[in-house]
Amino acid sequence: MSEVEQVELLHGAPVSDSRGQRVVHPSREQYIAVLKKLIDEGYVMCSDLTAVDYLTHPGRTLPAGLAAERFELVLNLTSITTRDRIRVRVQIPEGDAVVASAFDLWPGTEAMEREVFDMYGIRFDGHPDLTRILMPEDWDGHPLRKDYEIGRIPVQFKGAHS
Amino acid sequence: MTAVENVRQTNEGGQEMRSRSEIGAKELLREVGSVLRMSEAEAAKLGQIPVDPDEDQTMIINMGPQHPSTHGVLRLMLELQGETVLRCKPIIGYLHTGMEKTGEDLTFLQGGTNVTRMDYLSPLNNELVFSMATEKLLGIENDIPERAVWMRMLLSELNRMSSHLLFLATNGMDIGAVSMMLYGWREREEVLRFFQKVTGLRMNHNFIRPGGLAADLPPGWRDDVLAILEMLPSRLEEYDVLMTNQPIWRERLQGVGVITADEALALGTSGPILRSTGVAWDLRRDQPYLRYDDVEFDVIVGSYGDAFDRYAIRLDEIRESMKIVRQILDRMPSGDYRIQNKKVTPPPRARIDESMEALIHHFKIFTEGFRVPEGEVYVGIESPRGEIGCYIVSDGGPKPYRIHMRAPSFVNIQALPHMMRGGLVADAVAVISSVDPVLGEVDR
Repeated sequence: MSEVEQVELLHGAPVSDSRGQRVVHPSREQYIAVLKKLIDEGYVMCSDLTAVDYLTHPGRTLPAGLAAERFELVLNLTSITTRDRIRVRVQIPEGDAVVASAFDLWPGTEAMEREVFDMYGIRFDGHPDLTRILMPEDWDGHPLRKDYEIGRIPVQFKGAHS
Repeated sequence: MTAVENVRQTNEGGQEMRSRSEIGAKELLREVGSVLRMSEAEAAKLGQIPVDPDEDQTMIINMGPQHPSTHGVLRLMLELQGETVLRCKPIIGYLHTGMEKTGEDLTFLQGGTNVTRMDYLSPLNNELVFSMATEKLLGIENDIPERAVWMRMLLSELNRMSSHLLFLATNGMDIGAVSMMLYGWREREEVLRFFQKVTGLRMNHNFIRPGGLAADLPPGWRDDVLAILEMLPSRLEEYDVLMTNQPIWRERLQGVGVITADEALALGTSGPILRSTGVAWDLRRDQPYLRYDDVEFDVIVGSYGDAFDRYAIRLDEIRESMKIVRQILDRMPSGDYRIQNKKVTPPPRARIDESMEALIHHFKIFTEGFRVPEGEVYVGIESPRGEIGCYIVSDGGPKPYRIHMRAPSFVNIQALPHMMRGGLVADAVAVISSVDPVLGEVDR
């Protein structure tokens, strides 16, 4: 239990260090509140919003006391005043892949959230137009999920006797 | 096939632009930019948007994806009232080839060939950010030899010049200065010729690799760079005469596609678009990577946030890049062009003939790749279009578990509806051009 006490907190969310980069791990409930506080701290730019599917790599390092889920939402925020970056990683369970949209904080995340929805099927609550953005409208499945097979073209004579 | 079926198959479903009486207040407010100043709760207080009696007077048309001024396969749905653009919705995905998925199936050594094809106008910056992210995961980012670092800087700056020269060409073409098209391509070709001599290819070089570069600079490279530096200043002055000081050019661009600093930040734009609003944000200066803190250069900033500022910023950035390249020529150190770390670097060609171990080592690195410790990292650098970022998650294997590129064009393009609103159709062309999107990077 001593490990749990050592975890540093930022706005109530555990903080870890990844190769010298600061990472905050808010829960889904804390997510928007933490983002708002980070904006007040000066992280006014949301450089990047993406997701990772940890289906085949469950054993990643997370701060103690944090349950690893299948999906992870990753935001990279930039502060123009302190010239600093911070990363936000939110665990999203497979069965209920919904998270609040950051659209009200940064309208620029609109397209990025649509891309995450398109590629991973994570839904964003409060997004104005959650449709596919890169794949065709009638596409089945979410291509960047780890259980989505890479398409292959059958090759003639492959494995044939020489 | 019946006509109905035909329509059903070509229909884009939810991506269609709906009429204004159907869409929610939030979506409309986003398009007018009000969401930047108004919360959803406040917007709800406004009540229902009154039905516009003139709605049947407007027309929704598609611009693109085959329109030449959309720089590739960008499709814009425009709602027009006469010549005025009321609304605009960019629709992308026509060039999507799943490069992030492909990247998960390529080793870190092969990854360069993949990422270099994303932003095909600044391939070296793509490779650079990918290599830097991989090196950070490997923990060797501070061990890269000095010469490799300065070579990377040289190539990245020359790439910025070639990319901006192409922007000047296409921008000129879009505005109607067709001769500029030829001049811009001509100058860019000089830079590409140098790239061809160094890397063997004009584009998609795969030259900057994790650990350093693929090869050393060829003999005579200094004279080639000097020739470019000698040729360009007088040409840039010609551009000033041809475009910058020309009243028609200024009339066409000034006050077109205006965006303010707050809006640009909220929309996440970067690069010349953000700088045109007066925000002096350049990662080369503000989060220095390579040796950018050792060289002198100015960050070019605009004041009006219009298309003319974005044009002028890029023109002046060519001059700043030349300044940097001159300093690099003076200070290029000697030494190795890649890290001598057995884990990452294959043995030299000569060793393979005499040593069995070297042969096995070489074979292993190129068939299996090298293993990268578990972890995740984000690296962002300043590409000609803005912040290009690379987020890599490694599970400890030779292939990235997840590779995501933060493409500047993908984010910048989302500012189009905002910049176009209320402008003319002819200005829409100028606005697209001033954003300078590369669709290979937008769609990945």
